[in-house]
Amino acid sequence: MSGIDEKNNLKRIRGRVILNNVLKGLFFVSTTIGLIFLALLLYRILTQGIGYLNSDFITSFPAPYPEEAGIFAGLIGSIMMIAIVAPVAITLGVGTAIFLEEYAYKNRWTKFIQINIQNLAGVPSIVYGLLGLTFFVYMLRLGYTLLAGGLTMALLVLPVIVVAAQEAIRSVPSDIKEASYGMGASKWQTIRRVILPAAIPGILTGTILALSRAIGETAPLIIVGAATALYTLPDSLLSKYTVMPIQIFNWTGRPQEEWQFVAAAGILVLLIVLLFMNAVAVFIRNKFQKRY
Amino acid sequence: MGKALQNEAMNIDVQTMIENKRKKKSVSGKLEKLIPAFLFLCAAVSVLTTAGILFTLLRESITFFSTTSIVDFYTGTQWSPWTGHFGVLPLITGTLLITLIAAIVAIPLGLMSAIFLSEYASDRTRKIIKPTLEVLAGIPTVVYGFFALTFVTPLLKNIVPGLGIFNALSAGIVVGIMIIPMIASLSEDAMNSVPNSLREGALALGATRLEVAMKVVLPAAFSGIVASIVLAVSRAIGETMIVVIAAGASPTLTFDPTRSIQTLTAFIVQGATGDTTFGSTIYYSIYAVGATLFVFTLLMNMLSQYISRKFKEEY
Amino acid sequence: MNTLLKQKKVDNKTSVKPDIKENNQTKSEAAMDKNVFEVNNLNLWYGNDQALYEINMNVPQNKVTAIIGPSGCGKSTYLKTLNRMVEMVPIVKTSGSIQYNGEDIFSDKHSVEGLRTKVGMVFQKPNPFPKSIYDNIAYGPRIHGVKKKAVLDQIVEKSLRDAAIWDEVKDRLDENAFGLSGGQQQRVCIARALAIEPDVILMDEPTSALDPISTLKVEELVQELKKKYSIIIVTHNMQQAARISDKTAFFLNGELIEFADTDHLFSNPTDKRTEDYISGRFG
Ligand SMILES: Nc1ncnc2c1ncn2[C@@H]1O[C@H](COP(=O)(O)OP(=O)(O)O)[C@@H](O)[C@H]1O
Ligand SMILES: [Mg+2]
Repeated sequence: MSGIDEKNNLKRIRGRVILNNVLKGLFFVSTTIGLIFLALLLYRILTQGIGYLNSDFITSFPAPYPEEAGIFAGLIGSIMMIAIVAPVAITLGVGTAIFLEEYAYKNRWTKFIQINIQNLAGVPSIVYGLLGLTFFVYMLRLGYTLLAGGLTMALLVLPVIVVAAQEAIRSVPSDIKEASYGMGASKWQTIRRVILPAAIPGILTGTILALSRAIGETAPLIIVGAATALYTLPDSLLSKYTVMPIQIFNWTGRPQEEWQFVAAAGILVLLIVLLFMNAVAVFIRNKFQKRY
Repeated sequence: MGKALQNEAMNIDVQTMIENKRKKKSVSGKLEKLIPAFLFLCAAVSVLTTAGILFTLLRESITFFSTTSIVDFYTGTQWSPWTGHFGVLPLITGTLLITLIAAIVAIPLGLMSAIFLSEYASDRTRKIIKPTLEVLAGIPTVVYGFFALTFVTPLLKNIVPGLGIFNALSAGIVVGIMIIPMIASLSEDAMNSVPNSLREGALALGATRLEVAMKVVLPAAFSGIVASIVLAVSRAIGETMIVVIAAGASPTLTFDPTRSIQTLTAFIVQGATGDTTFGSTIYYSIYAVGATLFVFTLLMNMLSQYISRKFKEEY
Repeated sequence: MNTLLKQKKVDNKTSVKPDIKENNQTKSEAAMDKNVFEVNNLNLWYGNDQALYEINMNVPQNKVTAIIGPSGCGKSTYLKTLNRMVEMVPIVKTSGSIQYNGEDIFSDKHSVEGLRTKVGMVFQKPNPFPKSIYDNIAYGPRIHGVKKKAVLDQIVEKSLRDAAIWDEVKDRLDENAFGLSGGQQQRVCIARALAIEPDVILMDEPTSALDPISTLKVEELVQELKKKYSIIIVTHNMQQAARISDKTAFFLNGELIEFADTDHLFSNPTDKRTEDYISGRFG
């Protein structure tokens, strides 16, 4: 009656529903491809590396034979690197975030800094390597040292920390800020005693994720001259150093198959460290889940 | 005043205490005045970083172009620095080839994942799958490179005869997988911010979920999706370790994915690790390549930001 | 004049409790013509939009002054001008003068922090810090330099008692203030404001987010507090204004239409618009 052909229409509806279901399946399969890849990767590296992963591997320096090689220098190097990156990047990053969110007037300059930070986050890591090479290694004459590598990495993760800290600070409800100002607290007192404590879970979570990025980065450190084989631990900021990804890269490049297993074992150590850091981040997030 | 002090023990007069403290506190008060200056300096570091990057790349590139013609550099088809050939086209095509393969892998898979997560998956499913997918983005690229070289390439050899040990195909695919979460996650965010009322309107008219997704959600979230893709492509262009490890180091002007190639990034690594001496032409060429790479990615990032800014204004 | 006032205040504060009644009497007599705030020709703009027009108003000491008016008429804006919280909105411009105890609050001589130490504020929505109840109350004294635990303990107890919530929370001072009910949170917020013993307490619709029983408690509390503090309370509830205030100001579209003794204003408004409003004809 209404001009719609009932019979044909039913057919069409069935067709549309079938198409919907077929594509739903396709979408689901597509989603799983990434997950399958992840599972394959983890499984494969686990089976390859587990045989070489023992306490000797963790406590040994590099060696010419696969059985004797270890990741000690890289593990300690990575930890020392983080010990430089964390204080530098957190101070600068949280400082920048506080400045942008609480002090800066919302004018063109602030917007410029903001866009600049966004763009920095998109600069390929290897370009940071070039910056570090010119600025830290040559101009400041730091050479191929732990300090040069650490500072380069600090700049690399800085935008990530700034953005995370900004978001955390922004999500602090304004009514508790007002409460603080209303009691005669100064700006800095309000920041230190109200805003930062409330924002700290978010800041920490973002920072840990940024630091885990620093732990996994390879390319910029190749450029600023991390050593591929190191037989002593760095004993000062101006020592030579290596980190886990560099050692893994080095092992990956060797033709004999055994070195692949060594590389896989190295990857396992790296992934375990990353897993640990992420677990801490998740723990912090859950523990401090805010109640507003 | 004396009376106030006397009474302090039993009956506290907070305002008097505050008044006294206020007088004493002037030192810390002065220190507090320095805080904004310090915070400003922190913020200045990121601006200086950008300036440093621009300055570094520009200065060394200019030195490079004083000995090598910029025209020859951008039109030359042979990249062989150790024999004095500085034609960057092979590195650019190498980069484009990897990016193309990665895009072919990542855009459909990423988008379909986003549609699934945003339009079909239950809240619970989404809460499990999305973070798991994001784990992919957290895996160090050296690990991907290792996996591409030792697993994906041998696997592909069974399917693609004549595939080299080092080849663009395997590296490109793995780069693609790496950027899936970026597209999936950001696109899903964009789709999620499409108001539910739009969906309900279409569903109430008898549309299927598919039709809602395609005809309502995708168009509404279009710019957000495009921005995420552009950003992901920019990541692919700048990706280094996967291509260094799995794509080889043979700068070749080719679009044959089975062959070994070299990307802009991979050359920078090669140039910096070889026995390149400070101040040599090769040393400066690294920066010219770096500058080229930087311009590519910067343009992509700005494009992405431009698109997503427009997107924000829509709502 | 000014020094005299301050001297008087110190004496009030230091005198011990038993005096309060008598003290109060003398005060209320003396306070008849004593104003905490004298507002003259106050205009305020948010950017280009004027929100307050030529306000002239003397706020009496140790009284409850209610501000009523339809929503959007500028009540909150006016209240926040008194402790300069309104300046948190960067586009705000003001003209005119506000004297607090005879001194210009906008003058460079005095810091906003100093002003807000004397002029406390309680907000519409309870807004405790995400800290323990104890730390919430101790916040003010601490930022102003009080560090001794014993002193803080005393202040916390006294403030909570004054805010009539001590008995409810004394066993859970270390718990997060978020765990309290809305009404309790609001009284903790009042206690927090009391902890630095201000002269004036500004309250912006303090009961609008509360249930009737909590509202009643806060209203009783306000009655109690006016013995020691001057209170300015914004309310959209005319019965509340009539119940608890000594004087009432009626605002409309950014103008102060009428300001009079509460009894007088509600029974015998002089302005037609006041009459319309209190008889429920608009708002
Ligand atoms: N932060 C602000 N920015 C711009 N205009 C504002 C702001 N706050 C309030 N206003 C405007 O000022 C007027 C008075 O608002 P307000 O003081 O909140 O009224 P009330 O508390 O009486 O409901 C309103 O027109 C409101 O839109
Ligand atoms: Mg209001």
